[in-house]
Amino acid sequence: MDSLIPLIPFLPFLGFVINGLFGKKLPKSVVGMIGSGVLLVSFLLSVMCFNEVGTGGAIRVQLYNFFTVDGLQADFGFLVDHLSVWMMLIVTGIGFLIHVYSIGYMHNDDGFWKFFAYLNLFIFSMLLLIMGNNFLMLFFGWEGVGLCSYLLIGFWYTNKEYGKAARKAFIMNRIGDLGLLLGMFMIFKMFGSLNYEDIFGSLASVRLDPTVITTICILLFIGAMGKSAQIPLYTWLPDAMAGPTPVSALIHAATMVTAGIYLVARCNPLYSLSPDAMHFVAAVGLATCIFAAIIGLRQNDIKKVLAYSTVSQLGLMFVALGMGAYASAMFHVTTHAFFKALLFLAAGSVIHGMGGEQDIRNMGGLRKAMPITFWVFLIGTFAISGFPFLSGFFSKDEIFAFTYAHGGKVWWGLAGFGAMLTAIYMCRLLYLTFFGEFRGTSEQEHHLHESPATMTVPLAILAGLSLAGGFLNTPHFLHLGNEQWLAHWFSWVIPIQEVHLGEATEWKLMTFTTTLAVIIIIVSYFIYTKKSSVPVPDAQQSGLTRLIANKFYVDEIYDFLFVRPIEKISRLFHYYVDVQGIDGIVNGVGTGVQKLGAGFRKLQNGNIEYYLIGMVAGVVLLLLSLFL
Amino acid sequence: MLEIIRQIPIDYYVWLSTALFCIGVFGVLIRRNAIVVLMCVELMLNAVNLLLAAFSTYLSDAQGQIMVFFIMVVAAAEAAVGLGILVMIYRNTKSTDISLLDKLRN
Repeated sequence: MDSLIPLIPFLPFLGFVINGLFGKKLPKSVVGMIGSGVLLVSFLLSVMCFNEVGTGGAIRVQLYNFFTVDGLQADFGFLVDHLSVWMMLIVTGIGFLIHVYSIGYMHNDDGFWKFFAYLNLFIFSMLLLIMGNNFLMLFFGWEGVGLCSYLLIGFWYTNKEYGKAARKAFIMNRIGDLGLLLGMFMIFKMFGSLNYEDIFGSLASVRLDPTVITTICILLFIGAMGKSAQIPLYTWLPDAMAGPTPVSALIHAATMVTAGIYLVARCNPLYSLSPDAMHFVAAVGLATCIFAAIIGLRQNDIKKVLAYSTVSQLGLMFVALGMGAYASAMFHVTTHAFFKALLFLAAGSVIHGMGGEQDIRNMGGLRKAMPITFWVFLIGTFAISGFPFLSGFFSKDEIFAFTYAHGGKVWWGLAGFGAMLTAIYMCRLLYLTFFGEFRGTSEQEHHLHESPATMTVPLAILAGLSLAGGFLNTPHFLHLGNEQWLAHWFSWVIPIQEVHLGEATEWKLMTFTTTLAVIIIIVSYFIYTKKSSVPVPDAQQSGLTRLIANKFYVDEIYDFLFVRPIEKISRLFHYYVDVQGIDGIVNGVGTGVQKLGAGFRKLQNGNIEYYLIGMVAGVVLLLLSLFL
Repeated sequence: MLEIIRQIPIDYYVWLSTALFCIGVFGVLIRRNAIVVLMCVELMLNAVNLLLAAFSTYLSDAQGQIMVFFIMVVAAAEAAVGLGILVMIYRNTKSTDISLLDKLRN
């Protein structure tokens, strides 16, 4: 088994090489088969790993040594333990479904082969990120997924706006990466190693200054903020919707953006030592959760709503991490991967059926034309809203219970408020898209069709997972069986956290949030299926609606505070330092020599008398200098 | 003969040959006729010859006079080559003006 583990990341890499080099000449069906086939094999191997880890504990594979410099040993090695194998299953499993879906979604795109090459490269990087046994491997994968994200957001690069969105994502991620890098430097300085097991193993024996630990944790969290789109670095994720929809589903909902959660969960022994850093994580998460949910209420682009929903859900996961409920956060990562991938792919199916239309104001009544898409979207919406016994219900409820137990009523109330908003905007999206009358052009109405099987089958599988995914980790007090299975699975890496609230309180909390979710689902049906509730065109918006629809003008504020001053400074440097300074010196030397030459050139006038006069004058001067 | 020469102070020879040499130099510099320029070159050479002969006599040393003969030979050769070039120039340009000879310029 150990020798097969390197195949898991390198098979997608092989797919990338084949599709990247020869894909242009291969037929589309072959490209799609290679792209998703390698992932299927990786997924099956991951399942084998899962069994192996379940019986025999973590597997360590040392491939080779990158370099060893003065105590820094950089290894290319894998640590497949309970945490990473779980992430591997999510990445390869959901990744495979999304690859299959992409075959249908991208079938008449010229860059079909390129798309699959990029997707495979992404899976390779993501697997290195989660399978690496040290921070350097993690960083390698971290940058790799950032690059793939850039390439795929800007996939339709002929559109200038899309290119800008890609650059924005790349640059904002760089800001976070700086934090991660500084955190890694500090870890190396303090522990003398970058290997996870060395670091976390030495925590018990080494006495460290709490402020150092807090600094390391916060620096690592800044990296997570960039990758997982938290305030203040979240603005790239909504713009990242410029990429093809499968990309949004795979990278910007299910896998890459959860890398930040994985990082914090992986470093849980460090975070547990620093209550201050945990508070910071929870506070940022909560702020993001509510802020993004509010913006999501007034977005009219089907993908933008889902993007803000993703930001908000990631915020909720960070709340869980900040409350010390690492396993609950990972549980929510899992269920979120199911239902958010489902929602994005269903949205992609809608966009596909509508011929590229993304504005929900031009949709409506799609449930008749696209029944499968409608049903899976409904399941996804109910799952994320916390409808009883769907996946989101279990994972969110666990987070709320921890928030109540560790953070108190105020934290619980705010997190619940965020979840309530989630239910509202998701129902708004569902009802406006699939219910009521069709509001698009008649041309679009004729074009409307259900998507092909390559798209609907992955949707159906994901819908099944969204329905049942919650039973991976049920709470004790419901006595459903399989109690806290996932938490026990992670207990090798993450110590089990118990909620000590008592069954009565837990029942009360759950009843309250669930009733609220169900009420919202029912009430918003009556509100949003009415014709009058269709959002007005942008120009007619006023007041608060306008403010929210424009995302609180955060992009404009960033633009004013950072982008433009930097641009101005760059221009100044460009003009005064580069053009005038450096270019000035270089050109000055050239023109100076030229002018000097032109001057001396006049002496060489070809006239013998001048030369003679020069010679005589020279001799006279020589004699004068000798005798005087 | 030797007595007669020695009656005249050596300074006079020096001044005379300096004057002749300077006349030669200025002639070369100022005149544009190639024949005059060649003559001025002769003048400079002979100014030096005079000086050599004078010092040779005063110091009773024959080496200076040997040098004079060498210079006269070289001067004769130079005049022959120079005049030969001059004839060719004249045939080509119908002029002996050296300021016209600037074909190598630029």
